Amino acid sequence: MRDDNVCKGILVPGLPHPLLCPEKNEGWQRVRDAYEKARLELEESGAEILVLYSTFWPSILGHQIQAYPEPEWTYVDEEFHDLGSIDYKFRMDPEFAELAVTKCKERGLHARTVSYYGFPIDTGSIVALKLLNPENKLPAIIVSSNMYANRAESIVLGKSVRDAIDASGKKAAVVVVSALSNRLHTVEIDPKEDRIHSLKDHEWNSKFLEYLDKGRLEDVSQLSRQFHNEARVPKVVSFKPFWIMASIMGQNNLYDGNVLAYEPICGTGAAVVTLTPAEDTAGDLEYDEDDPEFYKGDREVLDFYDQPGMGPLEERDGD
Amino acid sequence: MSKGEIVMGALAPHPPHLVYAENPPQNEATAEGGWEELRWGYERLRDSLSEKDYDVIIIHTPHWATFVGTHFLGVEKFKSLSVDPIFPNIFRYNYDLTVDVELSKAIHDSAAEEGLLVKMMENPDFRIDYGTITSGHLVNPKWDKPIVCISSNRSKFYFNSELMQANMIKLGKATRRAVEASGKKALLLSSNSLSHRHFTTEPEIPEDMSKEHITNHNQYLWDMKMINLMKEGKTKELIDLMPDFTEQTVAETEAGCLTWLMSALDFPDYKATVHAYGTVIGTGNAIIGWDPKKAKI
Ligand SMILES: [Fe+2]
Repeated sequence: MRDDNVCKGILVPGLPHPLLCPEKNEGWQRVRDAYEKARLELEESGAEILVLYSTFWPSILGHQIQAYPEPEWTYVDEEFHDLGSIDYKFRMDPEFAELAVTKCKERGLHARTVSYYGFPIDTGSIVALKLLNPENKLPAIIVSSNMYANRAESIVLGKSVRDAIDASGKKAAVVVVSALSNRLHTVEIDPKEDRIHSLKDHEWNSKFLEYLDKGRLEDVSQLSRQFHNEARVPKVVSFKPFWIMASIMGQNNLYDGNVLAYEPICGTGAAVVTLTPAEDTAGDLEYDEDDPEFYKGDREVLDFYDQPGMGPLEERDGD
Repeated sequence: MSKGEIVMGALAPHPPHLVYAENPPQNEATAEGGWEELRWGYERLRDSLSEKDYDVIIIHTPHWATFVGTHFLGVEKFKSLSVDPIFPNIFRYNYDLTVDVELSKAIHDSAAEEGLLVKMMENPDFRIDYGTITSGHLVNPKWDKPIVCISSNRSKFYFNSELMQANMIKLGKATRRAVEASGKKALLLSSNSLSHRHFTTEPEIPEDMSKEHITNHNQYLWDMKMINLMKEGKTKELIDLMPDFTEQTVAETEAGCLTWLMSALDFPDYKATVHAYGTVIGTGNAIIGWDPKKAKI
């Protein structure tokens, strides 16, 4: 494992079924079990703070960061209200939230903390915090997902959060709450009959998971726009979770990926994946080295003479 | 039992700024004013309602978004705090309201008869969306009438505006039929803005009116186009233009509220009364009333 201030990245889905009724579908139960495995990985990672980015929390006025010290509520999902209420009490880190806002502003973003009793924390964040951090061992912040933000703004947001992590001197885990394909069934289904909404969605999910399993985070980040076009219901301008995750974790493919679950939840692609910074064991593709900030000599990524595609030089070519 | 009726329909947008600016006791945040034109427009709407006798307010809201069918509140009392997720700095409102569950269920059943997928929301811990609270407060700050609250099914995201409208036309018809059968007099509210491209920053003083204007001229032109159709009683043309309007101005009509209202009023061919038009952080908002009595004149 590579030593890094961001010691773990975790992708989780945000619908409430694995929390409230995993028993209704074997796949939902497997997602619940995967959450538990991710929780154990998190516990062993040495993380001192949790940074959540939730696609379930839209913002308009720049970027909002949850900073209320102990948010507490009895929550009901607006769609799945018949699954029951969720009591929660979380532990946020207001100081770290302020630091993240400062770092956002330093990079030119409009950002603010929100710290109000009764603020409606989104379903995705609630589910993720309940299942990954049930005893509030780690303090957290939650970062909103700006509806209008596109790639540049999202990358800068991720880098700003990274700045805050580095400046805090704490080890952090990044949790991104998002479905892969997000097309819900628009009719009531028997839970036992749940399936990914379309084969095309499933194929794109599988492609992304193949990359993630190999730890190729920057590759999926680079493919986000295509994924948005192919497998997302376009409620917002772009598919941002991997831009955010990659820009916080380091915009490269140097991770050990662990796909802990992939199942349909009400038609959406629900995956639990962990990424752990790996030693420099990269292959020969783009972004397989760390994002260079200072020149320290070139890394011998490509051995010209071994390139199979190049072939030998033609005899009469040249001299 | 005499036949129920819709005594008035209104486009009643829900920028929380308008509640904030009035400093009602229910809201924790305080303001120095702001958005007067729209607030005075709401005053005029309230005045026009003061001569009307009605039993219930039916609100169709964008901020209770559902994807599996249309949902209806099915619990009689709700009392809690509504904090706006986008503007928590200005809207933290203590509400205490009553639901006409009987009528709610009747509209639910009537919509099911139209072939729509419907569901009652029966969880007492449910938090009422801030769109409903804001429109409800601005129309009836005393909250002395029960409400019916209808979620907005987001079929536009999954299919297209045309399908969304087809469903909302069915829902409007179902609403009218249920109201008539109930013997009750109802006020209907379409709780939405028109053009809906927001500014992405907020002035230091949110009510600093030197910073308020429409986001762009295109939005203004579209808003005027739609409002003029309402003024002229050309509501079928309004429905035909709605998909283009919604797309061009990212309008909040995407939630279907206005289409539902037009259908419930049976596509008024009489003039609507425009009480106000104004902007809130760049979005276009109109307060407009349709009085079916005028149709008979
Ligand atoms: Fe709204």
